[in-house]
Amino acid sequence: MIMEKKSPQEELRIGVYVCHCGANIASKVDVESTRDFAAKLPHVTVARDYKFACSDPGQELIQKDIKELGLNRVVVASCSPQLHEKTFRNACADVGLSPFYVQMANIREHVSWVTEDPELATRKAKSLVAAAVRRLAFAAPLETKRVPVHPDVLIVGGGIAGIHASLILANAGRKVFLVEREPTIGGHMAQFDKTFPTMDCAACILTPKMSDVKNHPNIMMWTYSEVEEVAGFTGNFKVTVRRKARYIKEELCVGCNDCVEACVLKKDRVQVPDEFNVGLSRRKAVYMPFPQSTPACVVIDPEQCLQLMKGKCAQTCVEACERAAIDFDQSDEIVEIDVGAIIIATGYKPFEARRIAEYGYGKFANVYTTLEIERLVNASGPTGGELRLRDGTTPKVAGVIHCVGSRDRRYNPYCSNVCCMGALKMAHLIKERTGAEVFNFYVDMRTAFKGYEEFYDQILSEGVQFVRGRVAEVTDWAMTDEEKGKLVIRVEDTLVGVARRIPVDMVVLAIGLEPQADAGEIQRKFNISCSNEGFFLERHPKLGPVSTFTDGIFLAGACQGPKDIPETVAQAGAAAAEALCLVDKGFVEIEPNTAWIDEEVCSGCKTCIPLCPFKAISRDEEKRIAVINEALCKGCGTCVAACPSGAAQQNLFTDEQIYEEIEGVLSYA
Amino acid sequence: MPDDVSLPIAEDFQPRIIAFFCNWCTYTASDLAGTSRMTYAPNTRVIRVMCSGRIDPQFVLAALRKGADGVLLGGCHPGDCHYQAGNYKCLRRFRLLKRLLTQLGIEEERVRLEWIAASEGDRVQKVTNEMVEQIRKLGPLRLEKIPTHPNGEAAPAPAEPMATATEGAVS
Repeated sequence: MIMEKKSPQEELRIGVYVCHCGANIASKVDVESTRDFAAKLPHVTVARDYKFACSDPGQELIQKDIKELGLNRVVVASCSPQLHEKTFRNACADVGLSPFYVQMANIREHVSWVTEDPELATRKAKSLVAAAVRRLAFAAPLETKRVPVHPDVLIVGGGIAGIHASLILANAGRKVFLVEREPTIGGHMAQFDKTFPTMDCAACILTPKMSDVKNHPNIMMWTYSEVEEVAGFTGNFKVTVRRKARYIKEELCVGCNDCVEACVLKKDRVQVPDEFNVGLSRRKAVYMPFPQSTPACVVIDPEQCLQLMKGKCAQTCVEACERAAIDFDQSDEIVEIDVGAIIIATGYKPFEARRIAEYGYGKFANVYTTLEIERLVNASGPTGGELRLRDGTTPKVAGVIHCVGSRDRRYNPYCSNVCCMGALKMAHLIKERTGAEVFNFYVDMRTAFKGYEEFYDQILSEGVQFVRGRVAEVTDWAMTDEEKGKLVIRVEDTLVGVARRIPVDMVVLAIGLEPQADAGEIQRKFNISCSNEGFFLERHPKLGPVSTFTDGIFLAGACQGPKDIPETVAQAGAAAAEALCLVDKGFVEIEPNTAWIDEEVCSGCKTCIPLCPFKAISRDEEKRIAVINEALCKGCGTCVAACPSGAAQQNLFTDEQIYEEIEGVLSYA
Repeated sequence: MPDDVSLPIAEDFQPRIIAFFCNWCTYTASDLAGTSRMTYAPNTRVIRVMCSGRIDPQFVLAALRKGADGVLLGGCHPGDCHYQAGNYKCLRRFRLLKRLLTQLGIEEERVRLEWIAASEGDRVQKVTNEMVEQIRKLGPLRLEKIPTHPNGEAAPAPAEPMATATEGAVS
């Protein structure tokens, strides 16, 4: 039903401030005319336009008017409330006006930036100002609630981003829960051999940090665990974590690998590709992902283990384990934790090279991905660091193809950011290990950070050949004797302007970075947003790079977009600082947009009760009315829209305020 | 029939469309369209609500009654609601509302519900333009008789397109 309009209690004295935002608004919207229009609106005491309302003098102008003209409501027609509502609310609160007596009219994002015609833009701006003025008549001086913040932090993902963020927070004295779904922390970085541009060994710089995490008294490192559910809100999240059964008592296992030796499954007969070596080797049912796994603890694969699958096995592993760490009776454990802030650092998924059929990955034995080469050249890799072709011979000519799955409308239109440097590193490593002649096929060379261009120069001076052009095809179809038994890379050399056929022994595909396959699931679990590609969306592309639209949840690393190690570490540090900022403050202010029930009007029909997703509404059996628990209400207003009698109302978004807004925009549409 | 289709549509007809966008997805997408300078038709007026679940179908009816030619509703994609399921509630009400509008003789194309995620600024542009075109084809919503207030008191007449500012003061 349409509510009776209540007359406001006090005489309204409204100030309207139309911001030019430099030329951002003023170049499209006639700000003077909008100001004059506003000045004539009912209850408007003063209307002004100003170059930058958000600047200190702009805010002071408003504060001065509040004091001198006795304004009791303020309309700021400027940018989106998402950007500066807080600024103007604070400015008004500073001079004693309730921050909820401020109303924004979004005439930049919704008007000047999106409208071509200046006249129509001005009209639109005027109607939004009219709506804001009318809406204010029904504003209430609400109180911001302060809720204490839980001091602990959850970090999801134990790659370099999660590791770095954990250490910063733990060193600051915060308790950190680091949840990693794999049996070890380390992420993709642990799989790399060298890191560009300095070529330091990835393990040498990563593994000390991994042990620091393991040994830090403030870090609860939960590997082989996944977040099941997240409830609550900023400062007070309740997180359910599933700690998957390892079938090993983690506290007893020392990682001696005696059980692995003893496992009856013959290594060469077991068809399980070793995940850590990207399928280049095989592993048994009980295994340690890699020698420096952290925790140094084996894990039993329940889909491989005869005992767990069939219930019958000689259990040679149990016999071999001197510390009696094997426990076949383990089951998944569900743990609930309370945290104040969450950092999501779930990383990326390498592009699946099989998707580009013309490059022959999976069809030709000697077509590799960059990740495979990382493992092959690594001393602890499947070949002990020997870079050999599948038949055991050393490649004499190798071709590295850039932009595989990136900058390609058929797959991913974006640049994966790391592959140019990764491909240069490949060229260097292949040359260094085998002395082979190396061709790099690039589209554009992107080496834009500190020391990167120098690295490119270095690779150029090492004699690597660069061919500019997107590779059309990798084929084994030989046109000449020279091409027989080789892989032929067909490419248009766009610098020379000829189509070339280059026979090579080995092809390396510089695969791009994609969002994790289950990024959508994580997005829903944590209630954050994704960009079109599926990477998590930051709050602001420039000024909120690690925040999300959900307060208290921050992003670090490649889950937010493709990035290399230095950038990931920098972002992890930023996310840690933001999380620390939140938990150290000790409290959060909650927007008082909760719903409430007008006891006199409520008929106790119970319509609202099942609609509330947060179970915030119950029925007072004595009074026979609905009661909203303000602490549980998150302020969606679903119950308000459903209430047949208009008893449910939402602060900041009452029916009256919205009806006024409707009439306001239509009064000058 | 409130709408007389035989009346010609003026060439300079500027549809008046009210958009109710949820704070977390569609309003943010609308901001993104702005930040990305995607220009679109100037006919929509966005009213922000925290969740599409807050959109009371009566808001839509009130908007149409007060002179809007169309109403656009925007919320998060199914499964992505910031409040878990407000968008599903919105969808349920929307379906019912469309049936009601049809019974009232109002073309159901005058209201549209769209799921637009925070990253989909381009969809705000596309949907707004489509919606404006759609309403342009349908012409102005000519409600012959203004429905009366439940209490028997006559509701205010829809405001004129160029109503003066002093009209419709807060009573």
